[in-house]
Amino acid sequence: MTRVAQISCGTEYSGIQWLFNDIAEKVGIDLVYPEMELSQVDAACKGLGFTAESPSLNMMMARAVSMLEDPTIKGALLLTCFKCAEGTIVKDLVRRYLHERTDIPIISYSNVEKPKEIEIYARLEALATLITRKSLLMREKQEGITMGIDSGSSTTKAVVMKDDEIVGAGWQPTTDPRKSVDEVMETALKGAGLKRSDIEAIGVTGHGRELVGEHVKADLNLEEVSVIAKGAALLTKLHKGDATVIDIGGMNNKLILSRDGIANIFNLGGICGGSSGRFLEVASHRLDVDISELGQLALKSKEKHDLQSYCMVFGIQSLVVTLASGVKREDVAAAACRSVANQVYENQIQEMEVRPPIIFVGGVSLVEGVKKEFEKMLGVDIIVPPNSQYAGAVGIATLVSGV
Amino acid sequence: MKVLVYPPNSLILTDLVERGGHEAVALMREIGEHVRDAEIDAPPLNVTEEDLKRALRYVSVEEPAGLKGRIGLLVPLLEEAEASVILSDAPPTFGCMGCAVADEFFKFLIRKKGIPTLEVKYEGGDKLEEAVEAIMAFLARLSQEGKATKSEKKG
Repeated sequence: MTRVAQISCGTEYSGIQWLFNDIAEKVGIDLVYPEMELSQVDAACKGLGFTAESPSLNMMMARAVSMLEDPTIKGALLLTCFKCAEGTIVKDLVRRYLHERTDIPIISYSNVEKPKEIEIYARLEALATLITRKSLLMREKQEGITMGIDSGSSTTKAVVMKDDEIVGAGWQPTTDPRKSVDEVMETALKGAGLKRSDIEAIGVTGHGRELVGEHVKADLNLEEVSVIAKGAALLTKLHKGDATVIDIGGMNNKLILSRDGIANIFNLGGICGGSSGRFLEVASHRLDVDISELGQLALKSKEKHDLQSYCMVFGIQSLVVTLASGVKREDVAAAACRSVANQVYENQIQEMEVRPPIIFVGGVSLVEGVKKEFEKMLGVDIIVPPNSQYAGAVGIATLVSGV
Repeated sequence: MKVLVYPPNSLILTDLVERGGHEAVALMREIGEHVRDAEIDAPPLNVTEEDLKRALRYVSVEEPAGLKGRIGLLVPLLEEAEASVILSDAPPTFGCMGCAVADEFFKFLIRKKGIPTLEVKYEGGDKLEEAVEAIMAFLARLSQEGKATKSEKKG
């Protein structure tokens, strides 16, 4: 079992501690409270520069300080109650404090009465991978002939790699995950001019990885956070130093801060479809333009219009009303791109310090209008590497070559 | 020097900073710019979504809207300040943001910025004279340090 520090306030009173313990055990994590003396609380608050009114939050800071002295702790889970103003401040301070002093992976979450089990599972599973598979994640080069499959919620992607180059690729919308993967594998193999028997190893990632992994008899099955961070580093050849990876897929998104190509802090979206590629698909349909042309259309915009809601339902309703009021299609396309970028910024990017370079991957990275909106918002250039939609597949194809 | 006062809407502290020969960085100017902006229609303070978004550089999206709005208004002051005077535990009539968490957090942001800062406790009565003396002495030191820096640059 891997020891992970739980640095929290309010989980016991929220009635959700059992759920964290339960899921942690399933993914091989032993959640522990770092040891600390009450006499250390004042010094810890001084060290962090903030004293809260709530004693539990002050103890939370003391546990964070104490955690740094325990070499058996390999990761940290930060938890405070949703909508607690002081708690959120302390959680953020602790995250920054730890981040400046240690390289261990850290995740944070907000306590709510009915947390979604799948959300907690995804976070803890990613945390466990980052801790236990670190030596594998250090791989920077693909060797031999391998295949990487990313069975996403919206699309299924596959790449065939040979000696660190993509020699074949295929993608298609996910329907039956097994049928979709058979088809993309065939396309990727055809593109590479190879047979299935030429493939030395297969790796899978993505939402459907368990089912698909069994179906294709995968040699490696890993969650998406660590794989996407690796894929972004491989596609940009930026293996050293800090980077921020934004991945917006068909139905969810991720923001990952990585160091030397390995994720160490991440934030997962997925609460709202309005910040996903699906929103842009529906917007394209309403604008009567193919999704592949939406970004180019948005770049022609000269007048700024905003949608009245980020919501998949009400945002699209606002889009229709805006079109009906005579606003040009390109301005509405830009508004749709801005809506996605704004929501990702407000819900995810702003919660972390963005470390350049910023690498944008996932299907939505191909929509130029969204990239442009991010650049305006953050005031920095964003890198969209070639084959950015295959980041997950490239990451897992490379990692499986080291198994 | 641009000296941020806290509470940020304290007329007394603003006056003291100006008497000390410095430029006071206070909330009144920021609010003034907002309410005089004919383009914004969000009375009474003309605080808009943009102000709340600006706060996101320092606070999480989970924070309540009122806290984000307060920090959003204060962010330009923080970024402009070269020094600051913080008067703690002052009565609301002395100047107040009306939110204990925003108050604590903004004081933290000032301290974290690492600019020369004087923190004085409001104790009222005769102690208030001592507080004023401490503030004026701090402002005088800032002037001397400012002159020294200028002459160093010239040299």
